[in-house]
Amino acid sequence: MAAIIRAEHLTHVYGQGMPDAATAIQDLSFEIEEGDFVGLIGSTGSGKSTLINHFNGILRPTSGKLYVAGEDMWANPKEIRKFRFMVGLVFQYPEYQLFEETVEKDIAYGPTNMGLSADEIARRVAQAARLCGIDDEMLKKSPFELSGGQKRRVAIAGVIAMQPRVLVLDEPAAGLDPEGRDNILSQVKNYHRETGATVVLVSHSMEDIAKYADKVIVMDQSKIRMYDTTEKIFSRAPELLEMGLSVPQVTKIFLRLRQLGVDVPTDVYTIPYAVKTILAAKAKKEAQV
Amino acid sequence: MIRDITIGQHFPGNSVVHRMDPRMKILLTMGYIVLLFVAANPGGLVLAGVLLAVLYRVSRIPLRLITKSLKPILPIILFTIVLNLFFITGEGEPLVALGFLKIYAEGIRYAVLMGVRIVLLIAGTSLLTYTTSPIALTDAIERLLSPFAKLHWPVHELAMMMTIALRFIPTLIEETDKIMNAQKARGAQLDSGTLRQRMQAMVPILIPLFISAFRRADELAMAMECRCYRGGEGRTRLKQLHLTRNDWAGCVVCLVAFGVILATNLVFQGL
Repeated sequence: MAAIIRAEHLTHVYGQGMPDAATAIQDLSFEIEEGDFVGLIGSTGSGKSTLINHFNGILRPTSGKLYVAGEDMWANPKEIRKFRFMVGLVFQYPEYQLFEETVEKDIAYGPTNMGLSADEIARRVAQAARLCGIDDEMLKKSPFELSGGQKRRVAIAGVIAMQPRVLVLDEPAAGLDPEGRDNILSQVKNYHRETGATVVLVSHSMEDIAKYADKVIVMDQSKIRMYDTTEKIFSRAPELLEMGLSVPQVTKIFLRLRQLGVDVPTDVYTIPYAVKTILAAKAKKEAQV
Repeated sequence: MIRDITIGQHFPGNSVVHRMDPRMKILLTMGYIVLLFVAANPGGLVLAGVLLAVLYRVSRIPLRLITKSLKPILPIILFTIVLNLFFITGEGEPLVALGFLKIYAEGIRYAVLMGVRIVLLIAGTSLLTYTTSPIALTDAIERLLSPFAKLHWPVHELAMMMTIALRFIPTLIEETDKIMNAQKARGAQLDSGTLRQRMQAMVPILIPLFISAFRRADELAMAMECRCYRGGEGRTRLKQLHLTRNDWAGCVVCLVAFGVILATNLVFQGL
């Protein structure tokens, strides 16, 4: 499949030319393929947020190029809005961006800015609301009457309503209870599955990454250290731990089992797969006996 | 970027002027302002300028900063100069006459004096804000106004309000930045369109900003109450202001200089 996002030697320096200039991302070259669900992990200050702010043109690279759907993003800076509609970016704590009188109008803000017809806007709002589990009653409410988790869903629906080909989310589940977490992430997964859109998910929760992402990018000190399928990434647990990151708890258990001399694979990162491997190991042992 | 806006114009340093008690600095600055208007003669203003240049040198503030603080009030200076130039009528014949506009020698004299005076006024007060952090200033104002508290003026409350406002400016700027980015990501157009469109485009930024400011205010009030804040009564300070020998020495130096500048009035009386 074709690359939807391609970076070539992407570098961003904050305060270029100032005594306190800081390089946030350095010489990144990579491709994200259309239709992938990519997890982006890295410790605080590793450059994750800076990187995703480039994906829809909030930040302009200091040097290097970024291609979205094969087009150079900054070839014509006046056209940058085209890319903003192509790549939907959900910031951390997106509920603080709500401003309209009703949830419905707030979700319609993005599509309205795109200059779509009233019918199309209504259709997209309805679709985004359905995907994010927002019912008709809630659509008529003021966004400020809602609970934290509900507000978050409305804010994400506001981005999904633009039907971006790439959906980038910065810690969409931060500060929510476990149920709210699962709700939001499974809605993102639904969008991914139904529309075939590419998703980039930034998260500090290895469990969430393990559960939802197909591929993982690992960032450390302004650089991409690893970019591979989820199982391959989590089988390199010692390196991740060295970068101040973690691995899912299941993976930790399997690492320990291996240390104790049990013959199990180390690329286990989801519970269903873990159960299967344990059963397989048990069957093998019984067969030996 | 919006983040580049500097708050106040504090220029950190460790010079004698920086270390001076902010109360003393405020009083001396006030004295200097009065002086600029009392010593209304060329010699006095030149000396006042020299004094200021010396103080800038001592506090190691680059002189280019003055031009920065003068820039916004340049129109006012020009306006004053032009007004003085054309509307002061002196004795004798006008030097130049352009229809109803007449320029007298007296007018030129006043225009130049007024221009220099305003420049010195701004440069002098800027020295205070360059060498004193906004928080130290607020503290000093509170102390200086404390006698008025006896007359039931809410001095402490005003000072606390100023401190809180100062503390929140960077936070709110950061918040504005975040909200602007979020709305830009949803296709908001902030920097193009007619004036009306631009004003409408501000709504999606202002509403979330106000809501978050109210939320923060609420949280801060709660946090202050949790730590038993109950106004200024019986409150002691972590950083006590003390007048040291350094302060008195500075005070004496400045007062002597002020005296010399005032004396020029006698010399230039005839002019």
